[in-house]
This record gives sequence, structure tokens and C-alpha cells, in this order.
Amino acid sequence: MSATKEDLFETTCGLEIHVELATASKMFCGCRVDFGGEPNTRTCPVCLGLPGSLPVANEKAVEYTMKIGLALNCKIADYSLFHRKNYFYPDMPKNYQISQYDLPLCYAGHVEIAGDWGTTTVGITRVHLEEDTGKSIHVGGSGRIHDSTYSLEDFNRAGTPLVEIVSEPDIHSAAEARAFVSELRMLLEGLGVSDVRMEEGSLRIDANISVRRKGETEHGTKVEVKNMNSVRSVGRALEYEERRQREALEAGELLVQETRHFDEKSSTTSPGRTKEGSSDYRYFPEPDLVPFEPSAEWIERVASSLGETPTQRRARFASEYGLGAADIDVLTATSATADWFEAAARAYGGDSKKVANWIMADLFGLLNEASIELSQSKIAPEQLAGLVKLVDGKSISGKQAKAVLAEMFAGGKDAAVIAKEKGLEQISDAGALETVVEEVIAENAEAADKVRAGNLGTIGFLVGQVMKKSGGQANPGLVNELLRKKLT
Amino acid sequence: MTDLHYKSATELAELLENQEVSAVEIARALIERADEIDERLHAYLHRTDERLLDEARASDERRSAGEPRSRFDGVPTAHKDLFVTKGVPTTSGSRILEGWVPTYDSTLVERCSAAGLLLQGKLNMDEFAMGSSTENSGYGPSRNPWDTNTVPGGSSGGSAALVAAGGTPWSWGTDTGGSVRQPASLCGLVGVKPTYGLVSRYGVIAFASSLDQPGPLTRTVADAAAFLQIAGGHDPMDSTSIPQPVPDYLGAIEGGIEGLRIGVVKEFEEAEGTEPGVKARVAEAYRRLEKLGAELVEVSLPSFEFGISAYYLVAPAECSSNLARYDAVRYGSRVDGPDVVSMMSRTRVEGFGDEVKRRIMLGTYALSAGYYDAYYGKAQRVRTLTIRDLERVFADVDLIATPTSPSTAFEFGAKTADPLSMYLNDVFTVPVNLAGNAAISVPCGTSPDNGLPVGLQLIAKALDETTMFRAAYAFEQDLGWAGSDEGRPSL
Repeated sequence: MSATKEDLFETTCGLEIHVELATASKMFCGCRVDFGGEPNTRTCPVCLGLPGSLPVANEKAVEYTMKIGLALNCKIADYSLFHRKNYFYPDMPKNYQISQYDLPLCYAGHVEIAGDWGTTTVGITRVHLEEDTGKSIHVGGSGRIHDSTYSLEDFNRAGTPLVEIVSEPDIHSAAEARAFVSELRMLLEGLGVSDVRMEEGSLRIDANISVRRKGETEHGTKVEVKNMNSVRSVGRALEYEERRQREALEAGELLVQETRHFDEKSSTTSPGRTKEGSSDYRYFPEPDLVPFEPSAEWIERVASSLGETPTQRRARFASEYGLGAADIDVLTATSATADWFEAAARAYGGDSKKVANWIMADLFGLLNEASIELSQSKIAPEQLAGLVKLVDGKSISGKQAKAVLAEMFAGGKDAAVIAKEKGLEQISDAGALETVVEEVIAENAEAADKVRAGNLGTIGFLVGQVMKKSGGQANPGLVNELLRKKLT
Repeated sequence: MTDLHYKSATELAELLENQEVSAVEIARALIERADEIDERLHAYLHRTDERLLDEARASDERRSAGEPRSRFDGVPTAHKDLFVTKGVPTTSGSRILEGWVPTYDSTLVERCSAAGLLLQGKLNMDEFAMGSSTENSGYGPSRNPWDTNTVPGGSSGGSAALVAAGGTPWSWGTDTGGSVRQPASLCGLVGVKPTYGLVSRYGVIAFASSLDQPGPLTRTVADAAAFLQIAGGHDPMDSTSIPQPVPDYLGAIEGGIEGLRIGVVKEFEEAEGTEPGVKARVAEAYRRLEKLGAELVEVSLPSFEFGISAYYLVAPAECSSNLARYDAVRYGSRVDGPDVVSMMSRTRVEGFGDEVKRRIMLGTYALSAGYYDAYYGKAQRVRTLTIRDLERVFADVDLIATPTSPSTAFEFGAKTADPLSMYLNDVFTVPVNLAGNAAISVPCGTSPDNGLPVGLQLIAKALDETTMFRAAYAFEQDLGWAGSDEGRPSL
């Protein structure tokens, strides 16, 4: 996009993010929340919407929602209730969704995001709780319902607790949108309320995007883009829509308010099936559930259980460990990584940057090769700290340490044990080395004399001889020191 | 044993305990009775004769082993066909649920089994409990045993017809706007609308969730109290169920009504359209209450005139949503179509009757964007007014006495052409559902006009069923109608 176009136009975007909560049971019944399973095996009369069945709200899900709301600096409603959102769809067992309407559990929050452009505060309009639908597989045609031959319905997912986070239209670029989603993702992961597996749909994103000429006070025509489930596709969808809408405006075309579908493969959006008129969900208070009024004690208890937000953690990584922005980004990409680093740094006790380097330069390489996550590796943070200490104490060389790490990675043994087993441990005992040094001086009188005469360059040769004689186990620094002491 | 079928549940329990009769004998007698009467009454939608006999044998074994599940172990019952019953077809009176065999039991069915009650079958009703005559049943109407040319009332009309004809001692119905009390009144029975939340709605096919409440239909007040004691009480599966133990109604039932203050509602007495015979019998009933020591005081419920209007917004709104699930995707009948929308819509066009469609349309309209505040919102405010009115009146009185229905049993087709005249049959019962209070209908004899039964309604404070039963019992005992030849239809 050329600079002139950027100057002429302004993009406005608000996001709606659906998060599946990782509670043990579903939102309104006792069925297990879990991915997979044979179709329609994790169901009961309630989540199948059988006649006569009634919902009972999952308290843990309410608590998780409050947790998310508090972490996003929201206010918690002192009176909240569920509404029914009525519309027909074959994967929705009751043909209404139990959701929230004008009295969401959390409202009026904000989150800060930072990047190349600086910092932006994105307002959080609301965070509310609802139930997920089942899953449809449309067979035949394009794979969408309107031209399929038949559809298969799996209700295992039906009734999974779903949190909807709605942002204010405070996002103005693809970079900001990406930063916002990844910030949320880290925050949710850190709170332990969702497993945020985006590819499995536990985080789903819709975006409202409009473009207007700079200086205009009215927002441009809004387009809702659906079906994004990764940080990358949110950015791409926004970039595509920005371009499309700008070009339309430049060409003097009128934009229509519509729902568009994001296609992952082509990174483009296309108009959804046109609806006849605007949909009317006929919201009304869910009569099968009673309103809830979270007590001040409950809110306080949830608030005090909150850990650091990702932003706070990043700031602390800079001040406490003296890490640079790029390193912090890598080490806080997931809270599991950040926790791992902190455990290793604590066990080590010295300069944390060394630990950070070992993790980023070496451990990540091994993880990549093995295609596993840090949590699946056999190395404990304390063990990595032990390895770095061995190097510091000159028991093994840096080069040897890399080999030791590879073994630790493969077998989970302590660094010291591996070093000993492989006979890698350096001889750092001056007494033990002294004999070898004296032998080498006696055997290489000519070279020794050169050193005595002030030709210090030859000392390297003598160090090499000692190393050879010790089978490579001598600590070269110490050997160097001993030679100098004896010859100069 | 002669005439077993007109014994009350309490009497049957005594006979069983004294080993004067076995559960199998009772079951056989009631199967025989069903064969004898049901062709004329059409009270049943589904009979479970075999299961009844199996359960009876098991009950007799428990008794002889000295391990009855309750004192009513071995007493049969039949439920309105909206109580979801595992393995037994359950239709809610609708063609759209034809062929559905539930995979679970409602809490109420479970509690009846836990007390050792035997299941006789499932009973006819207006489709999805919408109606006051059973003429809206998808399977044809039931008939009133007092006069088979007249309706038994509704929507729990099958229950009322069967209990009145001695086909079962007791039956559970549901009351959303009068659906237990009005048929009880029209069939000369006791019918109770418990406080909202006293009896679990889990497994009760919903009509209007915020108004629906299961209630017993019986021939005696004591049986109604006992039945409520068996099935009532907190259920964690129903979020609107009240977390309180059920009091011992029977223990207090003989307390009499000396000193009770009973309100008579000015607006109800002045209401147009009440049959003279009903007025006469109910006026006699008021005098009887006074004679028994109650003090009658005139009270006013100004919100009364808006009751039916508010009810016909709230109930259709909730039903339009509750009935959305009948879409042919997962259960029930299906009419295929070229795509999913036509399948859903064809199934619903064919599966639902006219009254159900009328209410779905009313409710959909009332909840639509732009109309919500004017209709549903305003109806909810009327509801609040009704609650306040009743609270104000109950600050001064213990009970309120009214006619249950403005009419006695009417002929088939008399009100079907004019839905509003049918709706007005619930004019005295609907305010109780809007407010959530408890109420009972007790027989007060037959109308001098046509010899058909008339009911007296006693409305109580929320959760004050104890006082309600006490007064109804004193009235029933003094009248001496229930259990007498006069109190029995000559079918």
C-alpha cells in the first residue's frame, strides 16, 4: 500500500472473540468437555435439548468468565442474567442459544497492546458467557449448508462454555489486530481458563472493519468478517479488507454492510449468503435460570487469584532480568515458556541472560528438531541451570556443554551425571594438573625456554600438549595459568 | 373386593398395609376399569398394562419382604403425557412428537417410582398444554364422565376424566394458567397448583417455563396433600426449584379453619360471564367457610382485569421459544423437504395444531425487535403489579376464595370458534400463575342449572400450602360430597 493511500484513509476495526473454556463439564449439564470422541457420545438430555430437559449453570464457568473480565480490567456486574437468543440452525439443539444480552457479566474494560507503532489502549465493551453449538458436516456441494446433499450433526461440542469478548473499535491496523489477539491468547493461557488451541477452534474471531477518509467524523460502512482462527489470518483478513474497501472508496463505489467469509487458503474475503432482512434474535430473559448476583467476596477471591498479565510480565522481565525486547517476546510467547525460563533463572541465581541464551539458542533448536513443546521435553528448568553452572565453574567447556545438553534432552539425566559418565569433566584441580604440567615442561624444554625468554605465543603449544596428555580433560584456562606461573 | 376403583389412594394404601388387597389385584381392577370406560372417555394416550402388572408383582414382593418403598407402595397412577417417561412414548398431546420414546425419566416420574407407585400409562391433554378442553389434543379430545357430551376441561383433561371416572386414584397434571384447577373444577375433583418452584419441572415438557407447575388431581384433599409430599421438594436439576424441604401437610391437615381470614375478591364477584349456577354454589361455599369459623372479608385486586392479557403475551412468548426445538432434526415426526429449511417448516406445519401455531405466532410477534417493550416488557410489569396486589391482600388475609372457573363443563365445539371465550375460562386461575402463589380447587357440589360440578378456588400465600390444605380439608369434610354417591358421575 502506497504512503499516499495510507495518508488519505483510516481503518477502524473492532473484534469479537469467542473462547471455549476448559472447564471439566459443559455449561449447563454434567457432560465432559473434551475434544474428539466418537460423534454424539458426550451428550445427555440437556445438551441434546430433549423435551423437558433444563439447564443448570456451571459455577466454574461463571468464575472463569469473571477471571477473564478482571484480567481485562472490566467491571463485574452486580446483577447479571442469561437471555435466549432465538434462531433456527440444525446444530443448535434447542434452536435457541443461552447467551447474555443487555446485562453481561463483565463490561467496560481495556487492554494495552504495544508494537512498532507504539502503544494502544483497546477498550473492552463486554465479556459474556454463553453455550457453544454442535458441529455440522455438510456433505456434497461446496461444503456449506445451502447446497449440500445432507448434513451430519455431532453434538459433543454442544453446550461447551463459550466466552465472548467484544472490543471497542479501537484497532486501526493489521499489526494492532495481531497484537491484540496474541495478547488475549497469552492472557487466556496464563489464566488457565482455556487451552487456546486456535487450530481446534477453541478461539474464534470475527472482525467488524470499516474504512473512511481521514477527517471524516462518521464511520465508514461496516463489514463483518467471520471465520478467522489464527493471529495470522486476522491480520491477513484485515489487510485484505482494508485494501478492498480503500479501492472501492477511491473508485467511488458504494460499500454494502454485509457479512463476509474469510478464506484461509486465498487470504481473501467473500460475501456470505445474503440474509432476507436483518436477523431478529428475539432475545428475552431465560426463564429456566435464575439471575445471578456475584458477591463482593467472590469477586475479591477471583481477583486475588489472578496472576500477572502478559504486559506486566514483560515489564518485569525487562526490569528483573535485564532482557531486551526481542528476547522477552520469545520467552513470553506462551506463559509455559515464561514460567520455564523463570524457574531456570531462579535455580541458576546468576546472570539470567545466560539462561535465556541457552534456552533460545540451544534448547529451542532441540525442541524444533524433535517437533515437541517445551512442556513435553525431558529437561527440567533446574537441570538447565545445573548445566550453566558446570560451564561457569569451568568443569566443562561451552562446546562440551552443548553435547551434554543434547544428552540431557534425550534422556533427562543431570548435566553432572552425563559429564562424569562420558569422562568429560575437566581436571580443575591445580594439584592434579601440576604434575602433568611439569612433565610437559620437562619433555618440551625448547618451547619452555622460548616462553621463559618472553615469547608468550608459544604457551599455546604447551597448553595443547597438557591437554593431549590429560586426554582433553584438563581445564585449559587453569593449565594456561599454571604454565605462566612456572615459566614467567 | 368390590368397587376398588373408587377407593382413594389413602384408602388403597391402608388396604395394602392390612393385606386386605394386593397390588396385583388393584392393578387388575384398574385395567378392567380402563377397558370399561376408556372407549367413551379417551383419557389415555398410552396404556402400560404389562408394565403395571410387573410393577405390581414387584411391589407385592417388597411388601411381603417387609420393605415397602413408602406407605403408598403398590398404589397405581397415570401421568399427563408431558411427564417424560423412559421407555414409554411421550407426546405432550402433539403429533410432532409421535413416535418419540424418551431415554430418561422426569424427576417427578422418578420420585413416584421411588415411592413404589405403579405406572398405568400416559394421559390425554391439549397439545403442549395449550387449551382448556382437550379439544386441542393432536389425538382427539377426552370426554367428561359427568356428561360425555361435554369437555373435561384442560389442558390436564385426560387426567381429570380418568380420576373422576374411577380409572385411577390420582394423576399428575400441570398448571400454567389453570390447567389442573379448571379440569378439576369441571370434573368434580381436587386440583392443586403448588407454589412455583415447589415441584421440579425437570422432564416436564415445557409450555411456558416461568408459569408451568406440576400439580396433582385427586378425589380427596388428603390424597392431594400426600401426592404433593411424594413428588415435591428441591431438585438440583431444576434451577428454579426452591431449596427447601416439603412441610408435613398431612400432619397439619385437621387443624380446621377457625379464625382464618379469607378474602373474597370484589372484582371477581363482579366479573361478567360467570354462570348463575356457579355463582350460587360458590356463594354457598363462602357461607360454609364462615360457618366453619373463618372470617370473610372483601378484598380488591385491581390488576385482575389485565391478567388474561398479560398471560397471553408471556405464555406465547415463552412457548414460541420452547417449541422451537421441534424441528425434525433429532427426534419426533419428520416431513422431508428439498432442503433443511423446508424440512423444518413442513414438519412444523403438519405436526403442530392450530392453537399451538396461533400461540407461536403471537409469541414471536411479541418478542420481535421494536415490540418487545410494548408487549413482553409491559406484560412483565403487569406481572409485577399482580404480585404486589396479592402481597398487599395477603398482608391482611390468610387465603383468598374465588370460583375456580366461571363455567361448568361445556359442550364440544362451544368455544373452539372463539379462542378468546376459551381463554376467559381461566380468568380466575391465571393471576395465581402470574404471581407464583399456591392454589387449590375443591368441589362444592353441582350447579343447580345443569347438575355439573362446580369448584371453589382457595388461593394461598407462596409456600403456604399447609394453610391451603387445612382449609380445603375442613371444607371438604363438612360438605361431605367427595366420596359420596352424589360426588360420583354415573358413567
